[in-house]
Amino acid sequence: MGEEQVLELQNVSKRVGAEFHIRDVSLRLEPGSLNVLLGPTLAGKTSLMRLMAGLDRPTEGSVLVDGKDVTGVPVQRRNVAMVYQQFINYPTLTVYENIASPLRLSGVSKAQIDEEVQKAARLMQLTEFLDRTPLSLSGGQQQRTALARAVVKKAALVLLDEPLANLDYKLREELREELPKIFAESGTVFVYATTEPSEALLLGGNTAALSEGRVTQFAPTVDVFRQPVDITTAQTFSDPPMNTIEVKKAKNTFHLGEAAQLVVPKGYWGLPDGAYTIGFRAHHLLMSRPPETTKNNPLKGTVTITEITGSESFIHVSCAGQNWVMIARGVHNYDPGDAIEVFVDTRHLLVFDAEGTTIHSATEQQAA
Amino acid sequence: MKNFRWFVPTLYILFLMAPIYWLLNMSFKTTNEILGGFSLWPQAFTIDSYVEILTNPVWYSGYLNSLTYVVMNTLISVSFALPAAYAFSRYRFLGDKHLFFWLLTNRMAPPAVFALPFLQLYSSMGLFDTPLAVALAHALFNIPLSVWILEGFMSGVPKEIDETAYIDGYSFPRFFVKIFMPLIASGIGVTAFFVFMFSWVELLLAKTLTSVAAKPIAAVMTRTSSTAGYELGLLAAAGVLTIIPGAIVIWFVRNHIAKGFAMGRV
Repeated sequence: MGEEQVLELQNVSKRVGAEFHIRDVSLRLEPGSLNVLLGPTLAGKTSLMRLMAGLDRPTEGSVLVDGKDVTGVPVQRRNVAMVYQQFINYPTLTVYENIASPLRLSGVSKAQIDEEVQKAARLMQLTEFLDRTPLSLSGGQQQRTALARAVVKKAALVLLDEPLANLDYKLREELREELPKIFAESGTVFVYATTEPSEALLLGGNTAALSEGRVTQFAPTVDVFRQPVDITTAQTFSDPPMNTIEVKKAKNTFHLGEAAQLVVPKGYWGLPDGAYTIGFRAHHLLMSRPPETTKNNPLKGTVTITEITGSESFIHVSCAGQNWVMIARGVHNYDPGDAIEVFVDTRHLLVFDAEGTTIHSATEQQAA
Repeated sequence: MKNFRWFVPTLYILFLMAPIYWLLNMSFKTTNEILGGFSLWPQAFTIDSYVEILTNPVWYSGYLNSLTYVVMNTLISVSFALPAAYAFSRYRFLGDKHLFFWLLTNRMAPPAVFALPFLQLYSSMGLFDTPLAVALAHALFNIPLSVWILEGFMSGVPKEIDETAYIDGYSFPRFFVKIFMPLIASGIGVTAFFVFMFSWVELLLAKTLTSVAAKPIAAVMTRTSSTAGYELGLLAAAGVLTIIPGAIVIWFVRNHIAKGFAMGRV
């Protein structure tokens, strides 16, 4: 318990029938690292976690711990802890026994078990519920019980599969901040699956972007967000979805269909003329002209729908034959069908080639 | 109309209870009174019939024999059905759905069909006239029923609980006994009830596969006929005592049965 170990996946695939749940994934997770698995539902986050834990055997490839092949080692003899999205506890045991469960089986003395359980319960604010059974608790308390069980185990690998998805907003905020700290101290490999890009950014660490069973990019979270390697990763790491459009580059202009065009930003001047896809996030679609892009004319579009959250408005715009989303500060009350002029902040433009691979701008390449 | 709402249920319950009451009524009468005429309650109240049954070894051994094979059968059926139902609930294997359905078809044939093969088989194996013979014969019908009921309860338990236990370090047997069985306790209770009741009321196989040593109560009851005619008081008392074990079992599982019905497998 508590020892540090490196977890490595080498060309791991998981096939069920003819269907690939995981396709040729290679990852190296360092001790003490925080790793986010980011991907939409059915991207393979849970499947990948199950392979890491040893609950499933990969169809191909191997799982290594500290260089040792543990592919066929049953989960009982791996040093892992896992928390599911559903609140999974032993309904017939008290909260105390639920938390103590992994310790009971590892031959720890009674006094030490009690100490560990009390400590974990305090951490998860469960002290007053220790004598109750999980099903008599609220959802949040049930999930905290499951988390406390993972805490006391002090496993070398901690897997949290969307642990906060079914919790209410406030609790989610609180726990999201606490969890990495709780598990970071012991040199644990910490893996956290989520569908929400914002959650990945808040957690930090490294992010593995998953799409249809493949890891499209694995890098520090901010890098994956800022410089996605391809359009799939960019889409995975974008909420609301990234706005995209196919363009034709001719000299220093991107032609967006017949009527609209954008000036090619400086970093991409060296790009050969031809067909590309450009992408920009919802908050880079603006209602007023951004600085340094004075040469661009506004793009004309129509509003299809406006969603107002209070501090922000999500305005869906139909423009150049595409449906885009714009996030604007404050309340903007457009009616569907209203004409609107929008500006693309081309300083944050992403350019993808025909295969969807990101083309880095010259300025980025200089920085790197 | 409103004031007569009680009428239909009351009538129904009266009809339902009448034969049971009459059996009870008869068991406290002498045979002469029963044959003598109509009386709503015993005129000469007597417990002689009960004393006879509970003191005469020929009589009470019939109950003991019946209880022996019923309990044996319940234990065999539930303990074999538990792992089988777990497999059907948790694993996918070749032909699992067909096998599961095939189990149920075992109950489609009347028990009488199997009386002859069982008799021949058990006679040649030296099992004839033992409680085990009846218990095994009943298992043929009860194990499929048990698997079917238990599978429903087990599938109601998320498999993530199994996995959490394995992650915590539980071995399979330990998980199954310590975590899983308490979770499906009501399912086991309901299963045991149905198995018990089937075995308790089944007469044909029980009578065919026994002669003297393991004679079930139903067979003993035929003793009440003699040259003097039927001893009806005795027969009625034996009938009352036959109802009692079933009533006790129902009392214990009454809360779980509703759950069993809700699971849609009972």
